[in-house]
Amino acid sequence: MRRVRPPEWQNPDPQTLYDLVIVGGGPAGLAAAEVARRQGRNVALIERHRLGGNSLNSGSIPSKSIIRAARVLVSVRDEEQFGVAASDKPLADFAAVMARMRGIRTRIAEYHSAERLRTRGIDVFFGDARFGEPSVLFAGEAPLRFKKAIIATGARPRPSDIPGLEQVGYLTSDSIFELTELPKRLAIIGGGPLGCELAQAFCRLGSQVTIVQNLPKFLPNEERDAADLLSRSMSRDGVETRLNTQVVGARMQGAAKLLDTLNDDAKCSIAVDEIVLSIGRTANVEDLGLAAAGVSFDAVRGIGVDDFMCTTNADVYAAGDVCNLHRFTHVAEATARLAVHNAFGARVRHQSRLMIPWCTYCDPEIAHIGMHPREAREQSIPVKSFTIMMQDVDRAITDGLDDGFVKIYVREGTDQILGATIVASRASELINEMSVIMGAGIGMRRLATIPHTYPAQSDAIRLAAMAFVNNQPLPIDEAEPHAGIRR
Amino acid sequence: MLSLNELTDDALLDRLQRGAFAYISENTNSANGLVADTSRAGSPCSIAVVGFALACYPVAAERGWMAREEAVSLTLKTLEFFWSSAQSDDPGVTGYKGFYYHFLDMKTGLRTWQCELSVVDTALLMAGILTVGRYFEGSGDEERIRMLSDALYRRVDWAWAQNGRETVSQGWKPECGFLHYEWEGYNEAIIVYVLGIGSPVHPLSATSFATWTLSFQWENLLGQDVLYSGPLFTHLFSHAWIDYRGIQDEFMRQEGSDYFENTRRSIAIQREYGARNPRGYEGYDGDCWGITAGDGPGDQEMRESIRDRRFFGYMSRGVPYGPDDGTIAPWAMLATLPFNPDAAVRGTRHLLRSYPQVCSNDRFSSGFNPTLQGHGMGWLSEGWYGLDQGLLVMMIENHRTGLIWELTRKCAVIRAGLTGAGFAGGWL
Repeated sequence: MRRVRPPEWQNPDPQTLYDLVIVGGGPAGLAAAEVARRQGRNVALIERHRLGGNSLNSGSIPSKSIIRAARVLVSVRDEEQFGVAASDKPLADFAAVMARMRGIRTRIAEYHSAERLRTRGIDVFFGDARFGEPSVLFAGEAPLRFKKAIIATGARPRPSDIPGLEQVGYLTSDSIFELTELPKRLAIIGGGPLGCELAQAFCRLGSQVTIVQNLPKFLPNEERDAADLLSRSMSRDGVETRLNTQVVGARMQGAAKLLDTLNDDAKCSIAVDEIVLSIGRTANVEDLGLAAAGVSFDAVRGIGVDDFMCTTNADVYAAGDVCNLHRFTHVAEATARLAVHNAFGARVRHQSRLMIPWCTYCDPEIAHIGMHPREAREQSIPVKSFTIMMQDVDRAITDGLDDGFVKIYVREGTDQILGATIVASRASELINEMSVIMGAGIGMRRLATIPHTYPAQSDAIRLAAMAFVNNQPLPIDEAEPHAGIRR
Repeated sequence: MLSLNELTDDALLDRLQRGAFAYISENTNSANGLVADTSRAGSPCSIAVVGFALACYPVAAERGWMAREEAVSLTLKTLEFFWSSAQSDDPGVTGYKGFYYHFLDMKTGLRTWQCELSVVDTALLMAGILTVGRYFEGSGDEERIRMLSDALYRRVDWAWAQNGRETVSQGWKPECGFLHYEWEGYNEAIIVYVLGIGSPVHPLSATSFATWTLSFQWENLLGQDVLYSGPLFTHLFSHAWIDYRGIQDEFMRQEGSDYFENTRRSIAIQREYGARNPRGYEGYDGDCWGITAGDGPGDQEMRESIRDRRFFGYMSRGVPYGPDDGTIAPWAMLATLPFNPDAAVRGTRHLLRSYPQVCSNDRFSSGFNPTLQGHGMGWLSEGWYGLDQGLLVMMIENHRTGLIWELTRKCAVIRAGLTGAGFAGGWL
């Protein structure tokens, strides 16, 4: 806290005119400040709570710390398959897991410290931000005049209208990482990425977890094979999965919290000690005086921006969760950099051209980049998937981590890569190879010729390219045919 | 009598086809034509099994397993039952909007297990009804069969099953309305669209099929270019009625294939997966495959050779994405006979030699798991399932004479449905 919201902090005296005023000190706001300073702009940043935003304080960092602990526990549990065994059954020390998470948060917070920003020449104001007029923002009572502004206020857990839920109490991604005891029974409402990650991690740490999703599959934005694999993986871990199920009410029964559910016509009640609500996020657009600045917004989708991240006020841009439906830290940072470049230079950087990978950090991880086949087909783009199962990849076999697949989507009749989905133990790393490949415009033929270390899980990507080459009607000189799966 | 392993290929097929048909004879209520879902005591009727059974009666009549009069009588009783049974939104009746509940009481014919009004199972029932409507061309009772076949099909309100959406809902319940499940990706629902679009009275929208195919994925997988669907039965059910050889919709035209060839390739994937056997299951082999929907050992776990094994009950299994718990459907290889006769016969013979217990009374069980020990030679599903047996009778017949395919090629509504869905070429 002393780094990201120092209690003794004194806001600086405002300069007469700032090149850029940023509202929000999360990943988008911090990235925008860094870029603008490198361009030599004078920059002010206003943060209402703590620097680092959701990612550091209640999002990516704490959740990945806990997921890591859960993975270690499972790998110790499964060590017998490797011919090694501990004498005792491994157990999680939840307090130690959370202490480690807080330590990690503190360590990473150093990068986001207010002092560090000040030494880089950024005026940091803690307090509420509000537009007074189209070119003035107030940091508390202090008016900050700007040439350009960027709104990067992020998003918060979406509230629910489930009857009784407010009364029985629930956790969100903002509060679950403050737990001091592992809940014996935990219900998670929502089967999106965060809900699935939390369900699996807390189950592995020892909670009896039930996850309730109102759709027929988890991760509705991913393709069916990936979502099905995750569903089975969670079940294997012991998570009670309830798909196509709505929570219609919540109530107390003794010390237990009861969730009443409905699956078509089947009614059921789930008794738990804690409830996590994870049904998505809603943009932070309230109390900013957006109307005074001429900035249009929608209470659910957030601030409206064009392809250059510009709002309906030509001097005001937005970036990150407040205006993106892909609410990821790396998207926030990428759109923030893009907004700065467009605000002060030629408006040539399009958000629609960003190649954004994303990942759900379950086990196995599920990562994606670019188009899904359905999106391609909807645009009348002929598409073909080249698939390698991880169970056919030698390194995945030696690692005992052979669940999943690599699918590369190719425009038929060419070797142009349209997208990829990777389900693998470390899909979050493998997908970045696809980011580089696609960003560099490398096609399947060229990819097939690029040596990969052997054995490596990323060899699955090369094998998919080899499958493409071997699938062509005529031999291709650039690649050695049939150098595919080795068995 | 010779054992199955001693028979020539033709004699083997004859024995197994007749053995499969005997399931229908033994598990039909002759008073109303309803056929039990399984041979287990207390099993309700599955309307899909009735659809398969209806398509099997022409086979039985042609092969002399039933007198034609007997086939006519049983067919007519079945159609009369469905025509006269109650249709309303009352939860305790037999059907609604021309559709039928998935499971019916064998005696009363009323909805059981609080099951859903099933769109795909009604489609399979209607496919059987249309088949007998083409086969029985005589007068008297046969004329009545044709009239009822037409009336039952025309009564189905396919448009209602779209529920105002682009694609078809999987079902409906009086207690909660339409189910939330939709079909994503290729599967057996192609028969729903063909029959639904072909209706002259309540057709599915013309664009519904094309919208569904947007979720199709053309995939290079285990060395095959294929329209993927994991469970083997999804490549067989609609094919039992429709001869897809040489006819193409827009999707297959673009990919230079057809749905018949696609099933051939899906069989190749099954065989390749069996040969690779990535999970090290007992028995899997290039000649021992058939991973599909069917009975399973039940939810249990086992530690075997330091590997954790997890088993499932009745579920839709598929390859290579899974789920796969080492359970194969012993009937499945033989059911692929029209697509790859050599592989089907070789695999079936291999299975009969290695695990003869999977076939009793010349009839294959629904599921077999040789990995799960503790039950002697692996786990074996109890009794038989009607869907498996009906499919086998039809597929063996399509291989031997093409009878079912010939009948449906002449069926105007099936032709209209295929044409309306964009199919062209070949026999169309």
